[in-house]
Amino acid sequence: MSAITTTDRVSLDRRVPAAGGLNPTFVRIEIKRLMRNKRTVIFTLLMPAVFFLLFGLSNKDQHLPNGQSYGGYILISLAVYGAMTAATAAGSMVAVERALGWSRQLRLTPLQPAAYIAVKAISSLSLALLSVVTEFLVGAAFGIRMEWQIWLVAGLVAWLGSLTFAALGLFMGYLVPSANVMQLLGPILAVLAMLGGLFVPISVMGKTFGDIAKFVPTYGLGQLARSPLTGDFDWMWIVNVVVWLAVFTIGSALAFRRDTKRV
Amino acid sequence: MNNTQTSTRPATAGATTAPLAVDAVDLHKSFGGTSKGGISKGAASAKTVKAVDGVSLAIKPGEIVAFLGPNGAGKTTTIDMLLGLSVPDSGTVSIYGNTPRGAIARGQVSAVMQTGGLLKDLSVRETLELTATLFADTRPVDEVLERAGIAEIAGRLVEKCSGGQQQRLRFAMALLSDPGLLILDEPTTGMDVEGRRDFWTAIRQDAARGRTVVFATHYLEEADSYADRIVLVRRGRIVADGSAAEIKNLAAGRTVTARLDHADQPALAALPGVDSVSVRAGRISIHTKDSDAVARYLLGHTAAVDLEITSNNLEDAFVALTGDDAPAPTEGH
Repeated sequence: MSAITTTDRVSLDRRVPAAGGLNPTFVRIEIKRLMRNKRTVIFTLLMPAVFFLLFGLSNKDQHLPNGQSYGGYILISLAVYGAMTAATAAGSMVAVERALGWSRQLRLTPLQPAAYIAVKAISSLSLALLSVVTEFLVGAAFGIRMEWQIWLVAGLVAWLGSLTFAALGLFMGYLVPSANVMQLLGPILAVLAMLGGLFVPISVMGKTFGDIAKFVPTYGLGQLARSPLTGDFDWMWIVNVVVWLAVFTIGSALAFRRDTKRV
Repeated sequence: MNNTQTSTRPATAGATTAPLAVDAVDLHKSFGGTSKGGISKGAASAKTVKAVDGVSLAIKPGEIVAFLGPNGAGKTTTIDMLLGLSVPDSGTVSIYGNTPRGAIARGQVSAVMQTGGLLKDLSVRETLELTATLFADTRPVDEVLERAGIAEIAGRLVEKCSGGQQQRLRFAMALLSDPGLLILDEPTTGMDVEGRRDFWTAIRQDAARGRTVVFATHYLEEADSYADRIVLVRRGRIVADGSAAEIKNLAAGRTVTARLDHADQPALAALPGVDSVSVRAGRISIHTKDSDAVARYLLGHTAAVDLEITSNNLEDAFVALTGDDAPAPTEGH
């Protein structure tokens, strides 16, 4: 043990890691951390499913004008809600990491900032996917029936659309100097979900709220996710999603740059 | 034959001029109303604090250097600049010939910071596994757990660890990349006596393998016991740089005492290098920078007996060089 030979000398001939330090173990541990947080599990996986059982199940046998399941409509809306909450929660973990000095510690490793953001995006999408799958499994188990293409496309839109909210989470995580950022964001997300028509259909919201809804970040995503079911489509929904994705991404990029300069 | 020998000499010399572990030149860093003070409220810009004010530091590979100074002397600010965590207002840093960021990317330098830097919701082992994946080459996680003395708490969540255990974990993280240069900011804070001893044993073993160690501390005995070289900082400037013995001499030299009746105090005070002369209980006590000259004089020209020469301790030097009434730092050392 104490036999130190000259061949055991500290080497200075070193390599730089591939992909800026991005690797599967990092992603796996990040997801493990998310699942360890009871509050995150409750708000992103359990609550949307419970909402469906409380508010969706009773409408299971009602139908949309085109004959599709109204219960399915509610299920997809809540899947969008679950995915966005999951992605926001995962993104906002940077607030905790900054408060603990972990971000600073990471700057003493070869990890590149872009790789760090990529890990956050991947872990956000992973939790969002888990939320969508959980929601859909609960819906299917309680008798929601839709064509498989609708499940697939609606699920993909809800899942990938959550990237907008991963960016929102990152943005707020860098902006709010508190580890409890989700206690602030949780209610905000619920209000956004309400105004954007995820809890109540736009059609029953009345003219004023119906007009406001069009500018809310959850609106375009909800409409697009339900599009395979309703058969409706509007380019303005795409515009809504793209604009908000751009706003939150640019916001988080600016906040990130300010943060790295200051540390 | 002679020719070939002389012509090989420069090549040999070239091989020994490996890049310095640390080469910092004239670092300056101020906080407060700095250049982008347009946003600050006018009055605040007057309160610029010069945290580091012209620090130059050349550290050779394999040295163990203590960065010693009172709180607020600029130790942590300097370390942050060496690690690329903050950018100097002026001056340059190179680590093994690379930029700080370049050296970190290669795992050539790592650091143990004073506080923070740990995720509470990870276990000790997970923290190390995660950190290890970020480097191209690392030592095995089990090995660093063992070295840092935390193998038996590997499964414990970080939030359940004591301050000393967390500090050992930070040390373990820094060992993962087997860095050529290890920078430690108050490394033994929160450790108990045993932890401190284990820690320094590990550091000494590493130094034998060629690792360069720079540690900031305000524990004098740590600097005295473990460093080859002490860099004393005060108010953002280096006030002394040398071995512990050299630093002790720098401050106030030595004290010569002897039994001597009817001493001619003015004559003694006039000797070269003498700072002060006092008499207590029949013993004369002379503070001097040149103890040899005083001893020679006392034994050769007076009736002095029972002569003793004592070195001032590092604490005397520390206080003399870094205290508020210490003379302003001068160039060189």
